[in-house]
Amino acid sequence: MTILGVSGLTKRFGANTVIAGIDLDVKKGERIAVLGASGSGKSTLLRCLNFMEMPDAGTIALDGKVIGRRESELTLVRQRIGMVFQQFNLFPHMTALGNVMEGLRTVRRMSKPDARARAERELARVGLADKAAHYPAHLSGGQKQRVAIARALAMDPELLLFDEPTSALDPELVGEVLGVIRALAEEGRTMLLVTHELGFAYHVATRVIFLADGTIHEQGTPDEVLKHPRRERTQAFLARHKEFSL
Amino acid sequence: MHQWDFASVLANTDALAVGALGTLRIFAICLVAGLSLGLLVGLGRYSQRRAFYWPATAFVEFFRNTPVLVQIIWFYFALPILMPFSISPLAAASLGISLNSAAFSAEIYRGGIQSIDRGQWDGARALGMTFLQAMRRIILPQALKRMTPALTNRAIEIFKMSTLASAIAYVELLQQAKLIASLNFNPIEAYTAVAVIFFVFLWPLVQLTYVLERRLARDE
Repeated sequence: MTILGVSGLTKRFGANTVIAGIDLDVKKGERIAVLGASGSGKSTLLRCLNFMEMPDAGTIALDGKVIGRRESELTLVRQRIGMVFQQFNLFPHMTALGNVMEGLRTVRRMSKPDARARAERELARVGLADKAAHYPAHLSGGQKQRVAIARALAMDPELLLFDEPTSALDPELVGEVLGVIRALAEEGRTMLLVTHELGFAYHVATRVIFLADGTIHEQGTPDEVLKHPRRERTQAFLARHKEFSL
Repeated sequence: MHQWDFASVLANTDALAVGALGTLRIFAICLVAGLSLGLLVGLGRYSQRRAFYWPATAFVEFFRNTPVLVQIIWFYFALPILMPFSISPLAAASLGISLNSAAFSAEIYRGGIQSIDRGQWDGARALGMTFLQAMRRIILPQALKRMTPALTNRAIEIFKMSTLASAIAYVELLQQAKLIASLNFNPIEAYTAVAVIFFVFLWPLVQLTYVLERRLARDE
């Protein structure tokens, strides 16, 4: 069953075409890793899917219904698509618990006790029950990102978007965040993940997409794309990465 | 040699008390009206929609670049000619000072809102917040913290600007000092008393804002 249907998606910044007509169907339970060199449009693609960037052309359909451009419609769509950012984007004036409660309270209008109970459950799920009262400034990068994941999960998203969730982390903190994402994968959640962690993509993704020049250059199973890439640019990209990962 | 005469000022404490009340009243009105209208105008200045941006910009430019005293006098004498009703000194002075304060504080709000990292908007919008929800819950609380010193300065400025209302005979401290001076021929003493009263009001207020700023900074 297709959750998200993308057709002819195009995004330009001035004269620069960053996404050049992408078609993509995301099926329920799929875990899609999006790879590509920097500037290939990975993050922009992800940000177009929940309209953090307005596409210049093309359509995006959620559950078969094409999404319009009115703010009231976009806010409803964004409630159903969770997003986790490279820079976490936690709200610094709220505690970890407050961050997770915020969407429930302000957007879902949930009562305070209900929102609190739900937020506590989500923090426990990412292993941070004991950090509920901490402000983001007093959390490590890995902890911040786990709070950000809990914040997204609290909204019961049908689809999760991860935009380089471990790229801003110190190497020793990457594992705890990937661990949480892997657990979500095992629950069968639908997700798109922009990442440079090729090993993680190989083990967790059900499909790998390689972007180049704002188009899908190659896609397939992790084994097809990462082990037996057919196209030259994919091969070159993987070769560059393997020089560093032993 | 000047013969200091503070005795006749002290003898008119009740007149000064009435003036002080007048000053506090106009200060309260202009503080609330000026800073809240300023927020609206600041949001307009921040907006990318022309329908909001251009009127807000025109407002700011007009009121920043004309003297408050002239505005007050204009509201008091010209408005009744143009409109079918007269206007009290308090209303005219409040209008002038509030609109001027709105124009200046609008730029403080705009700068404060713009100083918040784009990622905060992303985080808020990704949860499904509307523009106003994101502004109210995420952006403004953080921006206000940064704006506190500048807004405090505005408040102090408003307090002192209230003396301009004496130009249209609104009963506040300076107006009462004028009265005392004309009755007792002691303008230096009367105005000195006004300066001292202002200092006594403002100094604790400023100290309070320092405490507030420190408390806000601690939460970061």
